[in-house]
Amino acid sequence: MGQIILNQVTKSFGNAQVIPPLDLEINEGEFVVFVGPSGCGKSTLLRLIAGLEDTTSGHITIDGKDATTLPPAKRGLAMVFQSYALYPHMTVRKNIAFPMRMAGLDEATQTAKINAAAKALNLTDYLDRKPGQLSGGQRQRVAIGRAIVREPAAFLFDEPLSNLDAALRVGMRLEIMELHEKLSTTMIYVTHDQVEAMTMADKIVVLQAGVIEQVGSPLDLYHTPRNTFVAGFIGSPKMNLIAGPEAAKYDATTIGIRPEHMTVSKTDGTWKGVVGVAEHLGSDTFIHVHDTGLLDMMTVRIAGDIAARHGDTIYLTPATDQIHRFDTQGLRIA
Amino acid sequence: MARAISTKQKLMWTALAWAFGLLMFFPILWTFLTSFKTEATAISDPPVWFFFDWTLENYAVVQERSNYPKALMNSIIISVGSTLLGIVIAVPAAWSMAFVPGKRTKDVLMWMLSTKMLPAVGVLYPLVLLAKWLGVMDSRLLLVVVLMLINLPIIVWMLYTYFKEIPGEILEASRMDGADLRSEILYVLTPMALPGIASTILLNIILAWNEAFWTILLTTVDAAPLTAFIASFSAPEGLFYAKLSAASMMAIAPILVMGWFSQKQLVRGLTFGAVK
Repeated sequence: MGQIILNQVTKSFGNAQVIPPLDLEINEGEFVVFVGPSGCGKSTLLRLIAGLEDTTSGHITIDGKDATTLPPAKRGLAMVFQSYALYPHMTVRKNIAFPMRMAGLDEATQTAKINAAAKALNLTDYLDRKPGQLSGGQRQRVAIGRAIVREPAAFLFDEPLSNLDAALRVGMRLEIMELHEKLSTTMIYVTHDQVEAMTMADKIVVLQAGVIEQVGSPLDLYHTPRNTFVAGFIGSPKMNLIAGPEAAKYDATTIGIRPEHMTVSKTDGTWKGVVGVAEHLGSDTFIHVHDTGLLDMMTVRIAGDIAARHGDTIYLTPATDQIHRFDTQGLRIA
Repeated sequence: MARAISTKQKLMWTALAWAFGLLMFFPILWTFLTSFKTEATAISDPPVWFFFDWTLENYAVVQERSNYPKALMNSIIISVGSTLLGIVIAVPAAWSMAFVPGKRTKDVLMWMLSTKMLPAVGVLYPLVLLAKWLGVMDSRLLLVVVLMLINLPIIVWMLYTYFKEIPGEILEASRMDGADLRSEILYVLTPMALPGIASTILLNIILAWNEAFWTILLTTVDAAPLTAFIASFSAPEGLFYAKLSAASMMAIAPILVMGWFSQKQLVRGLTFGAVK
């Protein structure tokens, strides 16, 4: 259960086509992340799969059945929203029970499932509270509990962690991954945060302006980005993309080198520049280098700590086997 | 933010507020006082304020001369009935306008409101003829339907503004949870909009209770509510102020009491959801 196939799916709002014909196959049990800058159509795509938006043309197949025109209630999917979207007038217990009540499950089964979900999500002590009396993390757990009891073919997450603070976000991220391991149900997760995408996904779908730029495993995208957009979007800090004569030396229009694939020296190296801001994280140091004549600012990442002061002259040397080459279209040269 | 207000200013504003309050309340106070006077004292010039022989005679006469319980019952049935019927029709209408608006939704809303600007007399003849043809003149059913139609734009507008405050994602969540349209409206939207629906109901019961034009013109005996009951005391024989006042007091007392106890809801209703 949980295979979703999109075939030539499009979506238009009035005359504006936000998703041009798009094909995508999501396999059973996969953790798929849709990632892209805001306005890239990732949420719209999720809502098309959910059935909350009508598909303009094309077909959506869920577990072999055409679901294109099915209402959301009939698709057997569960969704967790960014705003949690809990029912404020119901207690946690009733919130979690709601999908089962709609499905007409008997009381005993409902109670058993609520208790199981509450135990798994550490909500047992909060079952009789209203959502308004819970913290953000607890609310999100209730939303997940409500999704779990539905035993859906797939879980859809629409930026579920965006409203949480940084520490909580990391914790919830782990919980969701843990949940995926336990249930091995298909999960589709929308985020604009490429770190979330990299850490959680089996398969990442990078979107830009409604178009899929690349589909692949996190490491595929990291090691062999299909084009300059993916190259620049995946990885943190961003890949340095250099055009011009320096790229021509490598028979390319643009070359890309990740910050972590360069070494620095105070005395000699391939590229000379001036240290701008240095960010010391303890484990790593990010140095932003100016005046290289290649880019306004190049970023280099050095493991551990390094003494680099603003205004120092610095030399960068790329690991040549880690240079990515792109043609005039911005596409990868093999 | 606490703004510094001097005691003098405070006093001035308080006095002004009281003056306005008393001004607004004065007609009711005067009616109340008059209802305990004899007909002679009621029209005495200069008017007497508090020092007269208080009498309950007017109330007794009014009770004797007309059927107050029946008029009261008619008022209750007509105002509550028309409001509830209106709610049943307006909830789905407001739902669709608030959550699945079309290109013309705003126009429809404005058009509905524009019907409130139509002079009621304009449709008096067609309506009377229609009612006669259907054989429903002087029936509670007719008044329930007519008052419902008259207040429907207000009910839809009020519900629409309340529904707009409800995040659409929660309704979407219910759809994902397997709720059909009926369950979505019944179990999710309505409970969340309950405070809004309650104040809409309260305000419209009051509007329907006080509606005098149609209730007087479309009824004679059987369906005559309290408005007609009051009007019957400004009879051809001339005005009997004291009895008219007693009848008025009896007519407005129930709604006054209801309004008193639901002040909070009413204020919310009157501000059309602007104050959260």
